[in-house]
Amino acid sequence: MSDARAEILRRVRAALVDVPAGEDPEDVAVARGYRTRDAEASREEIVDRFCAMVEDYNAQVHRVAAPDLADTIGRLCREGRLRQLVVPPALPEQWRPDGIELVEDHDLEVSRLDGMDGVLSGCASAIAQTGTIVLDGGARSGRRAITLVPDHHLCVVEAEQVLALVPEAIARVAGAVRERRAPITLVSGPSATSDIELDRVEGVHGPRVLDVVLVE
Amino acid sequence: MDRGRAAMSAPTSLPVAGSRTPGPREPFPDAARRALADEQLRHNIGHATKTIREKRARVVGELPDWEALCEAGRAIKERVLRHLDDYLVELETSVQRAGGHVHWARDADEANRVVGDLVAAHGAEEVVKVKSITTEETQLNEALAERGIHCWETDLAQLIIQLGEDSPSHILVPAIHRNRAEIRELFMRTLDEAPDDLSDDPRALAEVARRHLRRKFLAAKVGISGANFAVAETGTVSVVESEGNGRMCTSLPEVLISVMGIEKLIPRWQDFEVYLQTLPRSSTAERMNPYTSLWTGVAPEDGPREFHLVLVDNGRTNVLADVVGRQALNCIRCSACLNVCPVYERTGGHAYGSVYPGPIGAILTPMLEGIDRAGSLPYASSLCGACYAVCPVKIDIPRVLVHLRHLEVEHTAREGGLRARLGPERVAMRVMAGVFGSRRRYEAAQRAARLGQWPLAHGGRIQRLPGMLAGWTTMRDLRPVPAESFREWWRRRSEPGEVG
Ligand code: SF4
Repeated sequence: MSDARAEILRRVRAALVDVPAGEDPEDVAVARGYRTRDAEASREEIVDRFCAMVEDYNAQVHRVAAPDLADTIGRLCREGRLRQLVVPPALPEQWRPDGIELVEDHDLEVSRLDGMDGVLSGCASAIAQTGTIVLDGGARSGRRAITLVPDHHLCVVEAEQVLALVPEAIARVAGAVRERRAPITLVSGPSATSDIELDRVEGVHGPRVLDVVLVE
Repeated sequence: MDRGRAAMSAPTSLPVAGSRTPGPREPFPDAARRALADEQLRHNIGHATKTIREKRARVVGELPDWEALCEAGRAIKERVLRHLDDYLVELETSVQRAGGHVHWARDADEANRVVGDLVAAHGAEEVVKVKSITTEETQLNEALAERGIHCWETDLAQLIIQLGEDSPSHILVPAIHRNRAEIRELFMRTLDEAPDDLSDDPRALAEVARRHLRRKFLAAKVGISGANFAVAETGTVSVVESEGNGRMCTSLPEVLISVMGIEKLIPRWQDFEVYLQTLPRSSTAERMNPYTSLWTGVAPEDGPREFHLVLVDNGRTNVLADVVGRQALNCIRCSACLNVCPVYERTGGHAYGSVYPGPIGAILTPMLEGIDRAGSLPYASSLCGACYAVCPVKIDIPRVLVHLRHLEVEHTAREGGLRARLGPERVAMRVMAGVFGSRRRYEAAQRAARLGQWPLAHGGRIQRLPGMLAGWTTMRDLRPVPAESFREWWRRRSEPGEVG
């Protein structure tokens, strides 16, 4: 195996004879002329854009005022016939609806997750430009498995978590990646396939229903 | 799985040190010819790819800084490639620091052996895998099968092919060549999960596949993936997908093995800000694909307890050594160049006889496998430039094609062939006349392709086709399949009597 390592590195170096010995990687210029923030859009426009983009993926967006959050989640659960939801253990108290069984994830078996009606989580941030939710395995996102195995994902996004552009979101989670090797998952709408006669079907292996609850 | 390989003839020599000798190639089965004769099918296929092309233009047009993103994407790759040795060592250190293991593989056999040994060490007889072109290139499934390890393909299209294993039509993607009634019949026959009253509604069929694979996902000890990108700085590896099978394979099993070509490196975490904008828009014409997973070694209390990254050369250092051709390693496998190519449109993906079809395949395959094995491929282009115009990492495919044509002619001259006396331009013109049937049709196709670089979708919302993402290879298979492969055809055309 170490033979392979030495041999591949030798081949790479032999292939790069045209690169001057003194050249540093930074000597190869990378012009980052793209946008890293949206200076023109107001907060309101950014949040509106996020909602429009999420809806474009056939996910539902529910905009609520903070005091109505738990009630809205409760209503969505009743409408979706969700009786039992898995939640990250640190889910804020004021998000928890009455009358719905919430099972905190303390390293639950996947088979147990498979039996859940749905999952209620928050997120690390969200991206308006693409209608994306960023999960970081942290207190609000929970472990990767809980937002993957159940069939219905209710995700709470707070308006101030919505960032305008992709580069902002990448920068926002960099610390968590470097400090705690946070696993990052970008979610843009429900899972989908067009493999059968090019007919789009929402939901194959990931959650088939994504409800985004936007708190303002 | 043998899609895309059936067209290649058995090699007579192995010109490139380190590349795997592919197995014998089968001629296209009769099933492919039947499919070809299906006019309605071809019409549907053409319509679908046109839809993707138009939608791509629309989502690309949404970004005022698209050009700057492509330029950054190109420059980052240039930086990586010029210093690949340093970045590979940095990646290795980062992955190890994050609790992962790094393995190196000079060629396909070595890569397959490393993966097979790891799976065997965990006593697993079944593994789940999310589609990756690199493992198609190394023919990992076949290599594992030889060791008694069954590799479950988890993309819906791949599963349908795998289940229909004994059918001669399985070099074709069932999504196109199998209609819903056939898929229903296949599922009824092969899957316990299929209810007796299963309908042929794609929704119901997807549901059966979901239930079937779910059992595999929940039980799998070992998951296998490719990698779209790996970050030298942090050791982060990423998989970009649609269905959720990528998330399943990379986060549920105890052990994760990711196989990646050595060129998939990016220097820093920040660089995702470029490629996660350009790849989804350029590939499936989406603002963002449904799921992107980015993991860094072994995460504390979340996901696999063991992570292995296998770094594969398999001819890539040959590409790197070609100063003009090196840029082919920029490729992020978005497939945009395939969809705009008039030659690809006529010949179909399988004709390239490689897992890398279309314009990028026409330059990458001869450099990976050797010009004497795939020397006809640089002629599989009209040099119209549409591929270069859409490429999100700005690979100058026409320039590399011309360069490779000269290498091919030099090579042939050494062997004293007629083509050498004709020169590359005349050979190319003959090839194109053959592909298009007549020079007039060829020129019309070229004009259409030029216009096609800026198609505009007016009014009406075009349905997105998310399954495509899984699918660089899916894209390729959207194309009608030729009755004769490009290489077969080339060989016939190149016979002295015909060319002279
Ligand atoms: S070469 Fe083709 S597949 Fe590769 S990045 Fe460019 S357009 Fe995409």
